[in-house]
Amino acid sequence: MPGMTMTEKILAKHAGKSHVAPEDNVWVNVDVLMTHDVCGPGTIGIFYEKFGKDAKVWDPDRVVIIPDHYIFTADLKCHRNVQTLRDFVKQQGLKYYYDPEFVKNEPGMPSPYLDPTKTSYKGVCHKALPEEGHIRPGEILLGTDSHTCTAGAFGQFATGVGNTDAAFTLGTGKTWLKVPPTMKFTFHGQIPPYLTAKDLILAVIGEIGVDGATYRAMYFAGDGIKSLTLEDRMTLTNMAIEAGGKNGVCDVDEKTLEYVRARSRRKEWEVFTDDKDATYFSEHEWDLQTMEPMVAKPHSPDNKDTARNCRNVRLDRAYIGSCTGGKITDMIFAANLLKGLKVKIPTFVVPGSTEVHRDMKELNLRGVKKDSNEKSIEEVLADAGCLLGPSGCGACLGGPVDTFGRLQSTEVCISTTNRNFPGRMGSTKSAVYLASPLTVAASALTGYVTDPREYVTQPIETGMAGVR
Amino acid sequence: MDSVITGRAYVLGDNIDTDQIIPAQYLSFNPSLPEERKFFGMYALSSVPEGQRGLRKPAASDDTGGNIPFVRENEFKSDFTIIIGGKNFGSGSSREHAPLALAEAGVKCVIAEFYARIFFRNSVNGGYLIPFESEERLVGRINTGDELEVLMDQQALINKTDGNRYKLKPLGDVLPIIEAGGVFPYAKKAGMLK
Repeated sequence: MPGMTMTEKILAKHAGKSHVAPEDNVWVNVDVLMTHDVCGPGTIGIFYEKFGKDAKVWDPDRVVIIPDHYIFTADLKCHRNVQTLRDFVKQQGLKYYYDPEFVKNEPGMPSPYLDPTKTSYKGVCHKALPEEGHIRPGEILLGTDSHTCTAGAFGQFATGVGNTDAAFTLGTGKTWLKVPPTMKFTFHGQIPPYLTAKDLILAVIGEIGVDGATYRAMYFAGDGIKSLTLEDRMTLTNMAIEAGGKNGVCDVDEKTLEYVRARSRRKEWEVFTDDKDATYFSEHEWDLQTMEPMVAKPHSPDNKDTARNCRNVRLDRAYIGSCTGGKITDMIFAANLLKGLKVKIPTFVVPGSTEVHRDMKELNLRGVKKDSNEKSIEEVLADAGCLLGPSGCGACLGGPVDTFGRLQSTEVCISTTNRNFPGRMGSTKSAVYLASPLTVAASALTGYVTDPREYVTQPIETGMAGVR
Repeated sequence: MDSVITGRAYVLGDNIDTDQIIPAQYLSFNPSLPEERKFFGMYALSSVPEGQRGLRKPAASDDTGGNIPFVRENEFKSDFTIIIGGKNFGSGSSREHAPLALAEAGVKCVIAEFYARIFFRNSVNGGYLIPFESEERLVGRINTGDELEVLMDQQALINKTDGNRYKLKPLGDVLPIIEAGGVFPYAKKAGMLK
């Protein structure tokens, strides 16, 4: 038998087989199913239609519901959708539901949580899933959201599915999957202070294209990946879907285990590694020392260029947020660059989760608990003139017209988010440049796309921020 | 499943992502409620940029298309029921609202060079439409508005407007699921569900 990759081993185990190969179709047992307010109501509708009005989910402890998309809007249908989730959680006795209790079925924009530590609302599902202990190595996670692949950073198989697939899994605990061949992306060297994982993944997508990993697994390997924080690894796997990937994975190391030990709701998991004779669809290598800060120009994540080459592009707006670029380490990167300076263009900041928001209030620029005379990350960003919104998916995907930071017209925006398709952040007339939090912060200072090397002079420490 | 699918073509380019197919602002409609579901048809393909909506061959006329609305204002159904696409059709978000919106507007099948994975899967498992793959690129060869005929048993596409015939790729592994009408009826047939 030829060797297997991590993805192949996880799928084999969950299919009850000793060996699988790319292109095999297998039925697998799912460990966790996640849904949210946009796809949850449709999924629930199909579940009851297909399994009957008295149907029960296969395991109430393995279904996780995290409202995050359309929370801060006056669109009453969105409030209604949250209520649909609440009703379902009650009917099914689900254990893991993170309610935006401030969303009530009444007209107008809900008032955001006052204190991020005193709300059951968590913010963006892909950030909240690991924070709340639902992610472990070796498991299979399905979610009704294409960025579910984020969790592959923890050495698991995670992928996005539609409502019908999710409804099927709700009732059976199973799904069918075609085993994807694995593409291996190796990064050599240590991450330099002016780069983040966002630059790495934009380089990868720029090289292979938005369809370059279609139907395949993307494996991020090498000492360069080891040198990244877990949060930065999540940025890599998060955008696997932007190359068409089915899933993305990173190796499990001490950083992964430290995180999972501190947070996981279950204490057993299995660590899988690629066999030495595992077969790869293709192999690609980069040297971190020769890489440059990258952007994806409008209107495609593979429209790559260096930030330096785009220095004449004038911007109207900057946006820091989302599952891709709204983590606490992203905020620390941006804040270090902006400290003591003023942004030249409206700069919207949306924490990826309420935990990120809490940390923005409690941590200093080095990612450790601040002294009473130190400024918090939130204060540094506010002093620089950033506009802070409540946690959630926000304007990353446009959303309802009253969404904070949504692009409404011909704005040119530089953003830490994941997609710059036509109209993605709102108006089809707008244009979005994707970049790292460092590049977005540097660009906010000048009003033009700016290489962060002009501002970053020393390594930015993030400490244990985002880990525990 | 019909053995022959006929309809008028609506031609799009490459990388038609799910945000273009159904913009996020309309995802607050719940597709499980019939009175809301129909709105997905109304807004299907409403975010395709100007100049790329309904393409026509440059040589066909002075009108090279690109500004042909897929669904006329205030209507729920499209005049076009067969979509011709290029590479990577349905990329981006996992929203099942995308194939659902096309189906609500009346689309029976999409014929593209290849698909983004989740859109393909959603189309098949939800039983919304048939995602065919063409052997050759059809964008630039077929005009928006052409009368098309898909012959399932011959895996062929016939353009009745100009008489051209094109080969389609076999549906392969997913054919039994498409024939059953989606993953639920398929699993029932296979004895996996009661």
